[in-house]
Amino acid sequence: MAFLIKLFYTFAKIGLFTFGGGYAMLPMLQRELVDNQGWATEDELMDYYAIGQCTPGIIAVNTATFVGYKERGFWGALFATLGLVFPSLVIITAIAAFISNFAELQVVKDAFAGIRAVVCVLILNSVIKLWKQGVKDKAGIAIFAAVFCLALFTDVSKVIIVLLAGVAGYVTASLRKGAAK
Amino acid sequence: MIYLRLFFAFFKIGLFSVGGGLATIPFLQELSARTGWFTVAELTNMLAVAESTPGPIGINTATYVGYTTAGLIGGVIATLGILAPALIVGAVIATMMSRFRESEKVKMVFSGLRPASVAMIAAAGAGVAALVFLRTDAYRETGSLLSLLDWKAVVLALAVFALTRVKKLSKVHPALFIVIGAAVGIVFHFAG
Repeated sequence: MAFLIKLFYTFAKIGLFTFGGGYAMLPMLQRELVDNQGWATEDELMDYYAIGQCTPGIIAVNTATFVGYKERGFWGALFATLGLVFPSLVIITAIAAFISNFAELQVVKDAFAGIRAVVCVLILNSVIKLWKQGVKDKAGIAIFAAVFCLALFTDVSKVIIVLLAGVAGYVTASLRKGAAK
Repeated sequence: MIYLRLFFAFFKIGLFSVGGGLATIPFLQELSARTGWFTVAELTNMLAVAESTPGPIGINTATYVGYTTAGLIGGVIATLGILAPALIVGAVIATMMSRFRESEKVKMVFSGLRPASVAMIAAAGAGVAALVFLRTDAYRETGSLLSLLDWKAVVLALAVFALTRVKKLSKVHPALFIVIGAAVGIVFHFAG
């Protein structure tokens, strides 16, 4: 039980400091899951993110489910997920009930503009860390460049991108094996 | 029974919106048109709040729409509805992953997924960075390159980047930098 509460609490902390989409959660995930708790490796985070892009449901919830499930099965997944959404439930309900013009408040706009600039830097740091870990050879650099351009400049579905990258990984790995033989 | 309908409406949104919170928007617009639970104008306001509060955008929006439609319990029910599919699918995939993790073929596939994953995160970050640091309307008005950048945001970002690269500060929790960003934003009126 104590461990389930820790899962809940850790993911509540992650939810509380995630501003933006699933990618904005990454710096918090790296710090809490990889550095502090050792519940996942950088490699696993990359895997979760790739899978989260092409499975139903919100990426952040997918990640919480994967980590929770790995640690303590179904109940672990449930507590991690409920922890992740707990801050949202409290904060949004309070805003919906009391501050109908929340998004128009000057102080909120100012704070959020500052937060967004910081989030960009934190994501950049996460990408640098993941790059060192996940992009190891020429094939990796080629896949990175192709996916980056597709994701940034085209509307190609992320599902297609992930599938193509999986095929590319399989093919380049078999070629490498063939060359080694 | 409004609660059941809310749960299933959001269960469906959770099931069919693949790839993140923003993918839920078209489904929410459709829900608004079909049920009249909330107006499109309300939805726009709710999305603005969802983006400027902590938590995943999809979850925030579900809570807000649920609350607007059916009060406190409505907010909880809608949130549970949207996360249920991810919970079920996640549990299935987690089981499969633990079984197939050591398979040589799966490892080969993941050797392509990891660089792709880093690239998608980098692209998402670059998209946000363009919104945060570039002011294309100001540039179009004045034609001066100096007005293209949001200098306050650039200076804050450079300062934070320099701080996070200092070895001694590498233990500082990222949450602290977010709090600093909010404080600096308020003090120096970042939204203009």
